[in-house]
Amino acid sequence: MAQTRKSQLVDPLIDNNPITLQVLGICSALAVTSSLKVALVMAIAVTLVTAFSSMFISMLRNQIPSSIRIIVQMVIIASLVIVVDQLLKAYAYEISKTLSVFVGLIITNCIVMGRAEAFAMSNPPVASFVDGIGNGAGYGLILMVVGVIRELFGSGSLFGITILPTVNNGGWYVPNGLLLLPPSAFFVIGLLIWAIRTWKPGQVEEREYKIQSVEAH
Amino acid sequence: MEGLISLAVKAVFVENLALSFFLGMCTFIAVSKKISTAIGLGVSVMVVQAITVPANNLILSYLLAPGALAWAGFPDIDLTFLGLISYIGVIAALVQILEMVLDKYFPPLYNALGVYLPLITVNCAILGGSLFMVERNYDFAESLTYGVSSGFGWALAITAMAGVREKLKYSDIPDGLQGLGITFITAGLMAMAFMSFSGVKL
Repeated sequence: MAQTRKSQLVDPLIDNNPITLQVLGICSALAVTSSLKVALVMAIAVTLVTAFSSMFISMLRNQIPSSIRIIVQMVIIASLVIVVDQLLKAYAYEISKTLSVFVGLIITNCIVMGRAEAFAMSNPPVASFVDGIGNGAGYGLILMVVGVIRELFGSGSLFGITILPTVNNGGWYVPNGLLLLPPSAFFVIGLLIWAIRTWKPGQVEEREYKIQSVEAH
Repeated sequence: MEGLISLAVKAVFVENLALSFFLGMCTFIAVSKKISTAIGLGVSVMVVQAITVPANNLILSYLLAPGALAWAGFPDIDLTFLGLISYIGVIAALVQILEMVLDKYFPPLYNALGVYLPLITVNCAILGGSLFMVERNYDFAESLTYGVSSGFGWALAITAMAGVREKLKYSDIPDGLQGLGITFITAGLMAMAFMSFSGVKL
């Protein structure tokens, strides 16, 4: 069992990443990554919610009638998100203001629902908990990478600490303003997917149309 | 009235839910391969959005907001922390009701949308719309306008995206970018195009 536990934790990091392969939970990945601190808080929040909701749903899986399972899952997830939201408001008010609606949107984050449906409904609680942590971590990893790229090159700092002194403050680095704007998140994730798939060619998608070479006469 | 029109234009173009707030991205990326299904999903999101945002606005102002329960004799109660769970409950219930009504009275439409209706419950655009309504303190008329127009904006974005992707499948893309990668980059370019609306002042 030890081996499978470990693979459950490690697989979602690169090999089966929720964002780059399963296409889950993209909304928040794009919106909260312009600064690293916010991205980190978001990653932790999502990991905890995914892990605990998977565990609770898995505990109840034999009691939930399948016709109303979506609503039951929603209620469990929503209660956990309310707890996270209230905690953030109490201890990290500034960050909770920056995250604004995106804390609430963890409810509809497809990673949480997706893992509940795909894994927790058919596996025991401990395995579901580990699966939740693993997928949350995979999500967090991408969030952190995108956050580092956007904050470092967009405003020359990491966690608010200046790394590359910008021209405005008498330094030498001309910040790339595009990276602070929303569209850049799409490009960064797109290129990240390209990088991962070049490294792991097994993830490349099939072409719908093959381009045929025509012989010249 | 003028305020409502400018709110509507702003919700469709300047603050497009899909392209400037990235809401409903999962479905936006997953269901934009064909124009016809994209339009079907877009229309159903619009309908659900137009019903849930005003409905949640009523719930907020008559049940949850601080002092809202004064009509029932509890002027000191503040239930705003129950917001998230009530909104998602309303959304899930409304989607379920809509599904049943369509099944009974408009079978052709139901068959066309069938698969996508349950997906709408977990579409962040719907919950996001309600949460923005709460954050910006819209009144009932404003939230009705916002619901319809933000839904329309989302439908517009996914239809445009599907149009681009239908052409895109004939092009020669590097192996690693095939599929998901190029879709992200396309969406990024579209978001940049939509950003040019942000200078529009109404």
